[in-house]
Amino acid sequence: MSHFDEAGAAVQAALDAGARYADARVMVCRTESMTARNGSVEDLGSDESAGLGVRALVGSSWGFYAVPDLSEPAARAAGRRAAQIAAASALVAGPPAELMPSAPVTASWASECAVDPLSVPLSDKGDLLVRATAAAKEAGADLAEASYAVWDTMKWFVSSEGHRIDQHIRECGGGVTANAIGDGEVQRRSLPGQYGTRGWELIEELDLVGNAPRLAEEARELLTAPLCPSGETTLVLGGSQLALQIHESVGHAIELDRILGWEAAFAGTSWLDLSRLGELRYGSELMNITIDPSFPGALGSFGFDDEGTPAAKRHAVRDGIWVGVLAGRDSATVAGLDYAGSVRSDGWSRLPMVRMTNVGLEPGPHTLDEIIAATDDGVFMETNRSWSIDDRRLNFQFGCEIGYEIKNGKRGRMLRNPTYTGIGPKFWQSMDMLSSETVAWGTPNCGKGQPGQIGHTGHPAAPARFTNVRVGVRA
Amino acid sequence: MSELASELQLAAKVVELVRELAGRAAEAEVNVRHRALALTRFANSAIHQNVAEATTGVRLRLHLDGRTATGSTTLTSVAGLRSLVERTLAAARVTPPDPAWAGLTPPAALHISAGHPGSGEHSGLAFGFDEATARATPAERAERVRAFVDAAGGLETAGYCRTEYLSAAFANTAGQAVDGRTAEAAMDGIARNDGADGVARLAASRLADLDGAALGARAAAKARAAVTPIELPPGEYEVVLEPTAVADLLQNFSVFGFNGKSYTQKQSFAELGKEQFDPSVTIVDDPLGSRGEPAPGLPFDDEGTPARSLVLVREGVTRAVTHDRTSAAEAGVESTGHAAATSRSWGAFPGHLRLEAGPAPVTGLPDAPAAVVESARPFVARMRRGLLVTDLWYTRVLDPKTLAVTGLTRNGVWLVEDGEITRPVGNLRFTQSYPQALGPGRVLGIGAESVLLPDSWGDSRYASPALHLASWNFTGNASG
Repeated sequence: MSHFDEAGAAVQAALDAGARYADARVMVCRTESMTARNGSVEDLGSDESAGLGVRALVGSSWGFYAVPDLSEPAARAAGRRAAQIAAASALVAGPPAELMPSAPVTASWASECAVDPLSVPLSDKGDLLVRATAAAKEAGADLAEASYAVWDTMKWFVSSEGHRIDQHIRECGGGVTANAIGDGEVQRRSLPGQYGTRGWELIEELDLVGNAPRLAEEARELLTAPLCPSGETTLVLGGSQLALQIHESVGHAIELDRILGWEAAFAGTSWLDLSRLGELRYGSELMNITIDPSFPGALGSFGFDDEGTPAAKRHAVRDGIWVGVLAGRDSATVAGLDYAGSVRSDGWSRLPMVRMTNVGLEPGPHTLDEIIAATDDGVFMETNRSWSIDDRRLNFQFGCEIGYEIKNGKRGRMLRNPTYTGIGPKFWQSMDMLSSETVAWGTPNCGKGQPGQIGHTGHPAAPARFTNVRVGVRA
Repeated sequence: MSELASELQLAAKVVELVRELAGRAAEAEVNVRHRALALTRFANSAIHQNVAEATTGVRLRLHLDGRTATGSTTLTSVAGLRSLVERTLAAARVTPPDPAWAGLTPPAALHISAGHPGSGEHSGLAFGFDEATARATPAERAERVRAFVDAAGGLETAGYCRTEYLSAAFANTAGQAVDGRTAEAAMDGIARNDGADGVARLAASRLADLDGAALGARAAAKARAAVTPIELPPGEYEVVLEPTAVADLLQNFSVFGFNGKSYTQKQSFAELGKEQFDPSVTIVDDPLGSRGEPAPGLPFDDEGTPARSLVLVREGVTRAVTHDRTSAAEAGVESTGHAAATSRSWGAFPGHLRLEAGPAPVTGLPDAPAAVVESARPFVARMRRGLLVTDLWYTRVLDPKTLAVTGLTRNGVWLVEDGEITRPVGNLRFTQSYPQALGPGRVLGIGAESVLLPDSWGDSRYASPALHLASWNFTGNASG
C-alpha cells in the first residue's frame, strides 16, 4: 500500500498556502522489544505508529507540522498548518534560506534482511533471553539482563521538486549484561551493543547464551580487581569503545548544523572552523574517517536520506586531515558546499535534521594481537560504561567496563573502573597503531534536537593504540 | 481519525475490546495520551526550526494466564484499537511466564494536594489548568523569542520557547478510570559573546509567566561577564551552584538514586532511615504542584495509581524511594504512583523533584553583578575563594552505587575571591559523587528561592534553589 498520495496532498496544500518549497514523509513504524532479568521475561512491547510530517519553507523561514492521521483531508490540513507556522517564524527571520539543488528522484529501496525479525516467534525470542540471563545468573551474576529491539520502518517521501521515494528499513540488535554487586560498588560486563540494518541473523550471531557465563565471571572478578592506575600511559582501545570515541569526538563534531551554530543552545557547537576545512590536521595519518550510509548492514544505512538525497560515501578525514562534514541541503548552501545527504528524523512527528549516518574509521594495517605485542607498558580498555564530552566536542572522559594491564607485549592483570580523558585532536593525533579487524558497531540511542530525537548511527571501527593518554580519573 | 471523542472514551473502548477478545480473566490497563507539543527554536538570533505536532497514543498492557505483553498504537479508530488488542493478546499468549506481575491498581480516588487542586476534570476535582497555554499560537512563542533576542542587545542568541498540552486517561479491568490534563511552557536560551555563553531558562505552567526579555537580559549579562576566561588547575574547590546547575543534581538523584528498582537491586546509594545528606537538605517529589502553581504533572501514573507528594529526604535523612507496582511488590511496599511506560525495565523515578529552599538571606548584602542569580548572591558574598557555576553539562554516571558522576561546567564559571567575582573561568571537567557533595556538613547554604526548571530531555521539572557546597572535585580543564 502506497502513501504517496497523502504525502503529495500535504505538499500541495503547503504550496497553496504560500510555501515556496515543501516536503512530506508518511511513515508507518513497527517496533518490538523485550527485556529479561534473572531468567524471566520482564517486559515485552510491540508498538505501531503511523503518521505524516510536512515541512514548509515560506520566505526564509521553516515550519513543520505532524499528525497521526493518514487521510488526505488531514494531510492537506497539516500542509496548511506547516505553512502557517513557517509564516510565524518570519517574526524573527534569519538570512535567506536556499536549498542545494537536488535532482528529483523516483525510487524504491529496502535494506537487506535474511530473517525478518518480526517473523521470529515471540516464544523463541523470549526463550533466548531467558536462557541468556539464566546462564549469566548461574555463572555468578547478581543481576543478569538481556534485551533485543526490532524496528521496521516504511517511508513515503514526496517533495515539491518532484521526489517520490519509498523505503523499507529493518533494524535490530540486542545484548546481555551481567552485574556483580559488591560492597559499595557495582561492576558490569556486557556484550558491546550490536545493532544494524539487518535481520534476526544479527542476534543469532551474537551468541547471547554462549557469552553470558564469561561476562558473569568477568563482572565478579572485577569486584576484586585492582583499580586502573592513574597517570599518563599508552592506551589500547577495543573496537566497540573506539566506535563510541568516533561517535562522540568526530561524528558530532563534523555535523554542519553544530558548526553553523544551529545547535548552540543545547547539543552545542563544534571546535571545527569551516575556514580550515581541507587543511586542518584532525589526527595522525592513520586516521581516515568516512561518512558512508551505503555501508551494508550498518545501523546508519539507507538508500536516501530524509531530503531525498541518495546515499553516497565520502571522506570526513583523509590521512588525518579534516575534509568533509555531515550536511543537509540548507546547511550545505549556507556553508558553500556542494553535497548533502545526512538529514534524518526519528519518526513522522519530528523535523528532519543533520544526523550521523555511518561514520567510521577505515581499517589499519595491524591486528589487536600485534598492537598488544608491540606495547611495552600500557592499558587495554573495552566496552563503554560512561561517556561525557563538552559542548564543542573537545574535552572527553570515557569509562569502560573492563581494563587490562599491558606489560612487555602481553595482556596482564584485569583492572577495574578504567577511565581515560583527553582533548579530541590531541588524542587522535596520538593514534600510532590501528587494526584491520573492523566491525560495524551501532549506536541506537543518539540524542539530539529539541524536541528530542533518538538517532540510529553506525560506526565501523577496529582496535587502535594511542600514546600519552591520561587514565584512571576518579571521584 | 478516532470516532471516540475523549481520551477516557478511548481507554474505555480498549477495556471493552479486551473483555470481548480475551474474556474476563484477562487483566488489562490502558493509557491514552493526547499531546500537542509546539516548539519554536532559534539560533544565530533567528527562528530556524519551528515545529508542532498533535498526536494521540494508546498503550495497552495485558496479563493473561501468567503472561504479560504490552502494545501501543497511534491508530485510534475502532479498527486500529481492535488490532492493538489482538496483537497484544497474541503476544501475551506466547511470551514466557511473568512471575513478577504485581496486579492492577484497584479503583482509587485522585488526591488533592493541600491548598491546591490537582487536575482531573472528569473526576470532579477542582482544576488548575491554563487554557491559554494549551492554546498558545506560533506567534505567541515567536514574540517571546523576539523579546529574548532584543534583550540580548546585539549578542548572538539561541534557544527555544515551548508549549505543551497533555490530555490523558487511564482505565483498567479492575475498574479504575481517571483522567486529567496539564499545560506547560518553558523557555531556555543562551547569549553568546566572543566564545563565552550565558544562559537563562525557566519552566512554568503558564506561558504568560515566561518573560522573554528578562531571560534574554539575564543570559546576555552572563555572557558579557564571561569573556576572556582564565584557566584554573583541577582540584577541590568550594562552589556556589546556581539553580540551573542544581537541577542536574536533582535529575541524577531522581533517575539513579530515588529509583525504586535501582534501590531494590542494590544499585542505588539510597539507604532508608540513614542520614545521607546534610541536615539542611529536604527533597520532595511534588507532581501535584505547590504554592498556587497549577499541577505540573498528571494526577495519576501509568498504572492508574493516584499521584501524591512524597518526601524523599527530610532534614538529611533518606525517607523514601519511588516505586511502580512491580518494584513495590519486590520491596514489600505500596506503589508510590511513579509508574511509567518504561518503568518495569528502567525503574520508577520521580519527575517533579523540589529541593526545599533555605531561609531568607540576611539583608545588607553588597550588590552583585546581574550575571549572578539573585538567590546565589549571599553565598558569593561570603565565599573566601571558590567558583560560581552556572550550569552542568553532559553528566554521566561512573558508578551508580556511589552516584559518582563526570561532566562539565557550561554557560559561565567565575572565580570568587573574598566575596567578589574576580575572573571568568574556562569550563572545567568534574568527577564527583553527588550524594557525597551534599553529605552531612558539606552544604554551606541553600538559596531562598526554588526556581522551576525544565528537563533538557524529558517531561520532568525540577524546583532548584542555589547551593553553596564545601567542595567539588574538578578533574580537568580546557587543556585536558
